[in-house]
Amino acid sequence: MSAAVTPPPPKKVNRIGLDVVGYKGGKTTLCAGCGHNSISERMVEVFFEMGIEPWTVAKFSGIGCSSKSPAYFLGMAHGFNAVHGRAPAVATGALLANQTLRGILVTGDGDTASIGIGQFIHMLRRNVPLIYIIENNGVYGLTKGQFSATADVGSKQKTGVVNDQPAIDCCLMGIELGATLVARSFSGDKRQLVAILKACIAHNGLSVVDVISPCTTFNDHEGSTKSYSYMKDHDEPLHEVDFVPFYEDISVEIPEGEVREVTMHDGSRLRLRKLGRDHDPLDKMGAIRLLHESEQAGEVATGILYLECGRENFTERLGIIEKPLATLPESVVRPPREALELVMEELR
Amino acid sequence: MRVLLTLPAKVSYIMSTTEMTPLALRDGEAGQRVVNDFTIQVATVNGSGSQTSNTVLMRSIFQMGIPVSGKNLFPSNIQGLPTWFTIRANKHGWIGRKKQIDFLVAMNAETGRDDVLSLTPGAAVVYDEPLKLDQLRADLHFYPVPFDKLVAPVCPEAKLRKLVRNMIYDGVLAWLIGLDMEEVRKALVKQFGPRKAKAAEMNWGAVQAGFEFASRNLTKKDPYYVERMDKTAGKIIIEGNAACALGAIFAGCTVVTWYPITPSSSLVESMIGYLKRLRVDKASGKATFAVVQAEDELAAIGMVIGAGWAGARAMTSTSGPGISLMSEFVGLGYYAEVPAVIYDVQRVGPSTGLPTRTMQGDILTNALLSHGDTRHPMLFPTSPQECFTMSQDAFDLAEHFQTPVFVMMDLDLGMNNWMSDPFPYPDRPIARGKVLTAEDLERLGGFERYRDLEGDGVGYRTLPGTAHPAAAYFTRGSGHNEKAQYTERPDDYVRNVDRLTHKFESMRGQVPRPEVWLNEKASVGILYCGTSHYAVEESRDQLLREYGLETSYFRLRAYPFTHELTEFLDRHARVYVVDQNRDAQLLSLMRLELDVQHIAKLHSVRYYGGLPLDARTVTDEIVLQEGL
Repeated sequence: MSAAVTPPPPKKVNRIGLDVVGYKGGKTTLCAGCGHNSISERMVEVFFEMGIEPWTVAKFSGIGCSSKSPAYFLGMAHGFNAVHGRAPAVATGALLANQTLRGILVTGDGDTASIGIGQFIHMLRRNVPLIYIIENNGVYGLTKGQFSATADVGSKQKTGVVNDQPAIDCCLMGIELGATLVARSFSGDKRQLVAILKACIAHNGLSVVDVISPCTTFNDHEGSTKSYSYMKDHDEPLHEVDFVPFYEDISVEIPEGEVREVTMHDGSRLRLRKLGRDHDPLDKMGAIRLLHESEQAGEVATGILYLECGRENFTERLGIIEKPLATLPESVVRPPREALELVMEELR
Repeated sequence: MRVLLTLPAKVSYIMSTTEMTPLALRDGEAGQRVVNDFTIQVATVNGSGSQTSNTVLMRSIFQMGIPVSGKNLFPSNIQGLPTWFTIRANKHGWIGRKKQIDFLVAMNAETGRDDVLSLTPGAAVVYDEPLKLDQLRADLHFYPVPFDKLVAPVCPEAKLRKLVRNMIYDGVLAWLIGLDMEEVRKALVKQFGPRKAKAAEMNWGAVQAGFEFASRNLTKKDPYYVERMDKTAGKIIIEGNAACALGAIFAGCTVVTWYPITPSSSLVESMIGYLKRLRVDKASGKATFAVVQAEDELAAIGMVIGAGWAGARAMTSTSGPGISLMSEFVGLGYYAEVPAVIYDVQRVGPSTGLPTRTMQGDILTNALLSHGDTRHPMLFPTSPQECFTMSQDAFDLAEHFQTPVFVMMDLDLGMNNWMSDPFPYPDRPIARGKVLTAEDLERLGGFERYRDLEGDGVGYRTLPGTAHPAAAYFTRGSGHNEKAQYTERPDDYVRNVDRLTHKFESMRGQVPRPEVWLNEKASVGILYCGTSHYAVEESRDQLLREYGLETSYFRLRAYPFTHELTEFLDRHARVYVVDQNRDAQLLSLMRLELDVQHIAKLHSVRYYGGLPLDARTVTDEIVLQEGL
């Protein structure tokens, strides 16, 4: 009896010849159903699909459930789990040392909106070129369920305690204070999140993505405004986002409906097909108005809220030499003997 | 012989920078000339441009070959509060602070009375005539000078007069102590530089006006003179902070992040100036460095840790309050094993109080900074030349041992003017430590980040961006095993911290050795670090000349301590540990490591008044404890 031996299907590889396994990380230790795990899965997908060499990426995080997640994707990229709220400083320093790195910074709402808000603000102000993801669930998970500063007024804890302090909108801060790509998404909206993350990869500058990412253990109940069911009812996608990478030099059929097309730094194109209200992400004032109005309407507007192409980023403004500072040879970083002698002569 | 003085009543000490010295014998009282051995104190108002005239005065003495130092005693203020500049000229080379002021230049109406009352008899006073300070005492030599009258003809522009009038006292003093006016002119031209030639001319006019006035109207009564020597030939004058800046640049530092704080700001500020000159790539015109003023000290050290992790030679510069804020990150740097260099220009703290005064106040804090079990190496420079050479030591140690390293400056060394031999060009290549490249990984097949392969406790690291599938590892705090995998197992944790202990032990053989002078005749030793040196070397001379006490000394240059420490203790019956702080921090740090027999030999000499340490304080305390 002979059975036809079917060869295993060829491994699907991306444009640099890596399969998706090369983009995976360690096994997650977060709770089952945690929104953060979906975000990690999207990271694996987009970096694989975009064909980014994983070792060109550096991952940064602070402290919290969210900050554990960089260990769960891109295992072939260096990662740094820093101190609470202070990943921005570590990432900024690393990019000073090597501006060719692709930085990804994963934080939570405790990291960004409370203990690290100062560093968040200064990262915005500097337009540090990296992808800043806020895994926003409105609670402190690791310390068992206290409200964070992004919890909405009136939102209920599991125990019934009602939040009486207003929330900070990190996207509003991002637009106002200097981020050049600001987006909001929902961990449950795979398609939208993938397109946004790809746009972030193509962007030259600071991308801030606030992802509502429900905490199944402490904040996924009736009365929470960061639960799966709340988001299903209140998520108002602004547009359907299509990302056409620069290396796919094909004319894509423009779908039906009103479409805006934006060409990004690396030549990739972003196609936004209007779903809800008409929104031009290049209009800063419009983006700010949109966020205020949707908050008043009790809606969570998601999509690419704001985009500014062409502004100089942090390292460009510093006028640093192209090669990474970290590995410049001694002949470049140690001035010659005559230079020291000249300085000494002046001090005589 | 010692003379006990009676203090004048009603002396206010609120802003005083001279401490009364009831036990001081003034030379020259019998009418003899006192040559190249005196202290000039200039009392002015902050922001009145006195720094220029003081520097010119000090440089003129320096150019005449006489050892000199200049110390700026200033308030925490931009303009309006009193400030003092003290110049000490000493033929023996004793350039630490001296308690006794021999020559006062009293320009400040507000402090004039206190300044005069705190002098010891026989001192000279140049003062602004309208202050009528000569009416306060009869036992001083007074020289009234009508500064306003003299400045008007040389400075037609009324609003510049406030700045130019201070140059007049340079001319008056030049005549009184016998400074060569050609040297004054040279110093002045140097100070203003070629771009401010016009301003230099006007100021030179003021110096000449002062000199002429003095020669026509004053009669020399005090005994203080300068005479040309040859003890400063080839030497430079520089502040310790600028010396650190140059040291870091020649050590190949590429990333500097900081937050302004007195007294460390001038370190990075002078570094920025030198970097722009010395470290711009000729071909591209681009910087081979990055300097970032951070939002606070937490961010400053965070950026250093990030940059060090990514492979740059990175540093920050701060002072005590900043150190407090950096605590958590420094602990992370210790456990994640990330190189970092932190210059700590120590001062009195915290908050308001004495932020512009000097102190060795962070020795214990920095040794153990952060929570958990932590130990950090510290280097203690004494001179500008050591600020320069120890900068390379600091970066090399930080990268070799993959850990934060402190350079323990203080305000006295950092912000004051010091004579120094010119800095030697670095005599060894920059050592970047154990870093694996993609080629290394290709050859090895992989690596384990925290595996001690060579028995020194130091693992190999890779830099982010290394183009190899096996290059990456995940950096965390204390919870990791040899492979940098997350673990909370007690045995993994213990193995890791024991390796860190071992790593600290292996530093003992690599840090700068102490400077030890063993006196065969001495049973007493003096042990100290940093700027205490200047007071101690003069005190040892006082102890010998005045009390016949022979001493050895041990100038500590690094923590962890080296084997020379116990050897020094073994050879002496008693060792006085000099601390510029209340809590005997250096001595306390030794107590943590030494055995009982050695601890029993330690005695403490402490000073914590906020001024640079002076020899007499050290001498008096040792004399008291020795029962001499």
